[in-house]
Amino acid sequence: MAHGFLAHHAQDDVGVATRDLHAGEVVEGVYMDTEQVISLTLATDVPLGHKVALKDLPANSECREYNEIIGRITADIAKGELVHVHNIKSIRWA
Amino acid sequence: MPSTTFWGYRRANGSVGTRNHVLILPVDDLSNAAAETLSHMIQGTMAIPHPYGRLQFGEDLDLTFRTLIGAGANPNVAAVVVLCIEPKWGKLVADGIAKTGKTVASFAIEDAGDIGTIAAAAKALREFVLDASELKREWLPVSDAIFSVKCGESDTTSGLASNPAVGSAVEWLVEQGATVIFGETSEITGAEHIVAARFQTEEGKAKYLRMHQSYQDLIIQSGADLLGSQPTQGNIKGGLSTIEEKALGNIQKIGNLTIVDAIEPAVAPSGKGLYFMDSSSAAAEMVTLCAAAGSMFHFFTTGQGNIIGNPIIPVLKTTANPKTAKIMSDHIDVDLSGMLTRELTLKSAGEKLLDMMTRIAGGRMSCSEALGHKEFVLTKLYRSA
Repeated sequence: MAHGFLAHHAQDDVGVATRDLHAGEVVEGVYMDTEQVISLTLATDVPLGHKVALKDLPANSECREYNEIIGRITADIAKGELVHVHNIKSIRWA
Repeated sequence: MPSTTFWGYRRANGSVGTRNHVLILPVDDLSNAAAETLSHMIQGTMAIPHPYGRLQFGEDLDLTFRTLIGAGANPNVAAVVVLCIEPKWGKLVADGIAKTGKTVASFAIEDAGDIGTIAAAAKALREFVLDASELKREWLPVSDAIFSVKCGESDTTSGLASNPAVGSAVEWLVEQGATVIFGETSEITGAEHIVAARFQTEEGKAKYLRMHQSYQDLIIQSGADLLGSQPTQGNIKGGLSTIEEKALGNIQKIGNLTIVDAIEPAVAPSGKGLYFMDSSSAAAEMVTLCAAAGSMFHFFTTGQGNIIGNPIIPVLKTTANPKTAKIMSDHIDVDLSGMLTRELTLKSAGEKLLDMMTRIAGGRMSCSEALGHKEFVLTKLYRSA
């Protein structure tokens, strides 16, 4: 099956689901800057447009997308899990 | 290859437009009723009612005047009737518009009441419409045009696909010598370092950073938690988690371009190239300010399905979210969902937008026009007296 997520940059911690992804599914994704293809197993459902962790992300670490910091991780996230407002928070206006 | 010309109107002052409106412009809330009555009486005219224009003062009043004058002066407008409760402010707005060489007449309602004013203004409008209806479109270079861009109800597909596609189109337009306006001061929070680094001059960069900081100060002073509204609930539903992520997606709309200058809201760019305009991130306010700054055409990307339009400038709407492209298809001029499956390349997506721009600029209605979206919203800086 075609790719299920896209990541902006090879340094990014997260990829964006390009269709609804389901827990347990093995899915391929593409780093858009290098065209490198990776594969991972979904630990949770990740709906279209939502982010999946491409690596283990420990609480209090900074999260990268667009090769820029998009916020701080607020709870440990395992590779393949959904990354959203329940486990990442803005560093601005805090 | 996208078309370097479009089928538009050349105005007396040399500016180029995509529409040929005869406007009825109320300066204040009290003049809305007469304006709307006139728009029904004389066919081919359009009233743009709004709720302000009384007891404003200082910078807030200046911005209202600038926005009203800019709306009338826009190259998509052929002629204007200005209505105002009292003659002085009406004349001020009409004189500002007349500098463009357009036909303008101003009427004060306190001189004759609604019915007397309507009778007099209807005679003027009848003449304006007959004259405007004879103006002809001609092939005009996009290099003479001013465009604007904004995203709304964004989600991650905006930053991933539709915004970069607009960025690609904007790069091409600037390469041809066109002028493009972007803005959304608050929504660039988290990506301001990238925008700041793009300014061609230190002066421009300093001006931008002052505008950015002034907004941050306002948030801190208000004591409000803006995280309740930025990202919006729609953004979050679409997968955006933080303002930084939203900002980094937002600025994809300017591609790899450098920025000529930072301008005040509703001020026309002084030259060609890309300009940052200090502006609200609320869609209708921002597009209204772009129209007042002289934009003749607006590119609007959406993730979850913002439906905004503008009375003066056509708003081309595009999305790369396949669900939105389906559910909200009534509102979408260009479907870019093929970018997510990578069947559509960035360059082809940019060209699709430019092709549809040429068609809409040349007279095809945008979806927002067909559906009657005419959101004319003034930006209010603070309370009236």
